[in-house]
Amino acid sequence: MVPRPITLALAGNPNSGKTSIFNNLTGTRQKVGNWPGVTVEKKEGRIRRGDREIIVVDLPGTYSLTPFSLEEVIARNYLLDERPDVGVVVIDATNLERSLYLATQIRELDCKVLFALNMADMARARGLTIDAAKLSQLLDVPVVFTVANRAEGMEELLEEAIRLADSPKPPDRTRRVKYSRDLEEAIGRLSGFLESRIGDRLAWLPRWTAIKLLEDDEVVKERLVAAAPEAARFVLEAAAKLRRHLSERYDEDPQIVLTDERYGFIAGIVREVQRADARRRVDVSRNIDLVLTHRFLGFPIFLFFIWAMFQLTFTLGETPVSWIEAGVGRAAQAAAALLPEGPLQGLIVEGVIAGVGSVLKFLPNILILFFCIALFEDTGYMARTAFLMDRIMHLIGLHGKSFIPMLMGFGCNVPAVMAARTLESPRDRILTILITPFMSCSAKLPVYVVLAGAFFGERAGNVIFALYLLGILLSILTGRLLRSTLLAGADAPFVMELPPYRMPMVKSLLIHMWDRSRIFLRKMGNVILIGSAVVWVLSSFPQASPPDSSPAAAAEEAAGGQDAVEARGSQIRESWLGKIGRAAEPLFAPLGIDWRGAVALLSGFIAKEIVVSTLGVLHAVGEAGQTEGALERALLSSGMTPLSGLAMMVFVLLYLPCLATVTAIRRETGSTKWMLFSIGYNTAVAWLVSFAVYQGGRLLGYA
Amino acid sequence: MRLSELKEGESATVVHVGGNSRLRRRVLEMGLVKGTRLRVEKYAPLKDPLELVAKGVHLSLRVEEAEQIEVEKAD
Repeated sequence: MVPRPITLALAGNPNSGKTSIFNNLTGTRQKVGNWPGVTVEKKEGRIRRGDREIIVVDLPGTYSLTPFSLEEVIARNYLLDERPDVGVVVIDATNLERSLYLATQIRELDCKVLFALNMADMARARGLTIDAAKLSQLLDVPVVFTVANRAEGMEELLEEAIRLADSPKPPDRTRRVKYSRDLEEAIGRLSGFLESRIGDRLAWLPRWTAIKLLEDDEVVKERLVAAAPEAARFVLEAAAKLRRHLSERYDEDPQIVLTDERYGFIAGIVREVQRADARRRVDVSRNIDLVLTHRFLGFPIFLFFIWAMFQLTFTLGETPVSWIEAGVGRAAQAAAALLPEGPLQGLIVEGVIAGVGSVLKFLPNILILFFCIALFEDTGYMARTAFLMDRIMHLIGLHGKSFIPMLMGFGCNVPAVMAARTLESPRDRILTILITPFMSCSAKLPVYVVLAGAFFGERAGNVIFALYLLGILLSILTGRLLRSTLLAGADAPFVMELPPYRMPMVKSLLIHMWDRSRIFLRKMGNVILIGSAVVWVLSSFPQASPPDSSPAAAAEEAAGGQDAVEARGSQIRESWLGKIGRAAEPLFAPLGIDWRGAVALLSGFIAKEIVVSTLGVLHAVGEAGQTEGALERALLSSGMTPLSGLAMMVFVLLYLPCLATVTAIRRETGSTKWMLFSIGYNTAVAWLVSFAVYQGGRLLGYA
Repeated sequence: MRLSELKEGESATVVHVGGNSRLRRRVLEMGLVKGTRLRVEKYAPLKDPLELVAKGVHLSLRVEEAEQIEVEKAD
C-alpha cells in the first residue's frame, strides 16, 4: 500500500529564512499560484522521500495571526481549514522572542508543530546560545537545527516531519500560554458557551475560538455567525459583555492584554533557553547600515544603486535583445515561407509573430531588472530603500514600500503592479497600483527615442529625461489627489523590521527572478498574442483593393520594397483601424497629432512600443529599424513639428496603460471599477497635459 | 516622555503604547511591549522615519508613530 501524502505548511516571520528553506526543500519543483480569491502568492512544491509524497506549502511570512492583514488571514485559514499534517514553524534563532510569538499562536490552533531553529550559527556569532533540548521540552515540540542559506538540516527536517505526521500522538494541549486569572476565567466561560450552544458546528478548538472572540476578531465572528446564526448571536453578546468587563478590569483593551501576556509567557521561555554572552562583538550588519543609511551618504549611494541597476538592465541587455530580434525575424521568414500567401500568412507573420516578437525582445531587460530587484530584496537593502524614501513617499500619502513597485514601473508596469502586493493595506496597494503607470516603462522608450531623435536631435536625451520627471510629478499629484478623495483614510502603520544584511544565495536570486519573469512571459502567451492578432485584423480589413496577385508585386512585397510598404500604408488608412483613427482625429487635432499619430496611439494599447512600428507603416518606411533613420526623416517631413512631437510623447507617457497592465490592474485590485478608472483617468490626464503642452507652446511662440 | 523625543543613541524603556488599535497591535507584535528596553539607533536622512534597536532587532517607525509610544528615558 502506498502511504498517503504528507502536507507540510511552512510558517515563520518575514526574513526568518523560511523562503530559503522552501527553496531548498522543493528546488525547481515549485508551483506558483494565488491563494483562492486573493492576490497573495501561493507557493507549493511536491517532493518524494522514498515512497512518501510530501507537499510543502509556503505560507506568507507573518509576525502574528491577527485578522488585520491579508497574509495573516491566509496563513491562519490555511492552518485552520486545510489542516496540514505538520506546521513547520521557522524560528529565527537571532530573534527567538518574536519567532516564538508567532509559534505560540500557531500552537494554539491545534495542529502538530515542528520547529526549524534557523540561523543558530548567526545567533552564536552574536553571542546567543539556545538550548534546543530545553526549548523542545518546555513546549513539547520537536526542534530541528537548520542553516537555510547553506541548505543544512533539510533531510533532518523532512525526517522529523514525516515521523511527526505519522505519530498517533495528538498535538499537546497543555503546554500553552496560561493567561492571568480573570482572562482564563473569561476564556473558560466563553468556551463553555461555545461547546454547549454551537457544539459540533464549531470547526475550531473552543479555547482558541474563545480567545479570538475576546480579541474581537472580525473574521472569526463572521464565520461563527455563518456556521450557527442563532447560537452565535448569544455567544457574541456574551463575548462583548466579557470584553467590556475585562476592559474595565485591566483598564486596557483585552487584545492588548492578551498580547502582553503572550509576550510575558515567551519572555519566561526565552529566559530559560537562551544565554546571552555579554562580550562585545562586531556587528557587521550595523556597520554596513551606518554607511548605507548615512545622513549624507545614504541618498547618493541609493541613487548610485538605482543608476547601476538601470545601466545593467539596458546596456547588458542590449546584446541578447538583438539576438531575440534576429530570431524573431528568422521565425517570421520561416513562417512566411511555409504558409501560403493570404490573410492567414499576414495574420501569423505580421500580426502574431511581429506583435509577440516586439514584446519578447524585452525579456533580457526584464530578467536583469528582476535579478537586481531580487538582489536588493535578498540582501536586505530593499527595507532600507523604504526607510530612506518613506518621508518622501509619505508626502504623496504613500508608504515607503510603495517606492519599490513604482521603481519597477520604469522597467515594466505589469510586474510593478504585481509588486504592490508587498503593501499590507489594501488602500495603499490600490493607490500604488494606480500611480505606477505614470512611471515611464521601458516599452515607451523606443517611442521617445524615435520622436525625440527626429525632432530634438542633440537634445533628445534631455527631453526624454524631462518626460520621466513629468511622469513622476504626475504620479505625485495623482497620489495626493486620490489620497484626499477616493482613497482617503488613516495610514496603515509603517512599523517595519530592518533585517540584517545577508549574503544572497544565487539559487534563491534565480528563483525570484524567474518567478516574476514567467508572469511577463505568460502575458505574451495570451494577452499580447490575441491583442496583436486583433490589431492586425483591424488594420487589414476591409481590404483596400483586391489583393494584388501579380507575380511582380508578390516578389516585391516579399522583398519589402517601397511600393509594398506604401500599399500597406494605404491599406491601413482604409482599414477599420484607420477609420477609427480618422474619426478620432478631431480629438487629437488640438494636441497637434494627425490621424496617423492617432492610429499609432490606439495600436499602442497592445504594447507601447507598437506605436513606433505602426507609425513606421503609416509613414510608409517599412518596419522601424530596418532603414536607419527613415522614420525620423518621414516624421520631419510629415508636417509634425517639435512641439507636436513633444505633445505626442507626453501623450504616450501618460495615456492608458497597455493591455497587459490593464489586465494586471484588474487582477490585483480585484475590481473592474479600478481598472476602468485607471484607463479613464490616465487618458484624461494625458489629453489635458498634452493639450496644455501643445497649445501653451504655441501661445509662447514655439512651433 | 515620548519615543519621538529621544535623540540618536539614547536609550529608554517602553511605558505605554498608544495610538489606534492597528498601530498598537503592530507595535506590540514587533515586541515593543511594556518594559522593553530600546535604543534609538538613528533617524533617516530626512529625519523621518527613525530606527531603533530592541531585543537585538532593528525596527523602523515613523516619527508620528513614535509619538504614540510613551517611554522612560534611561541614563
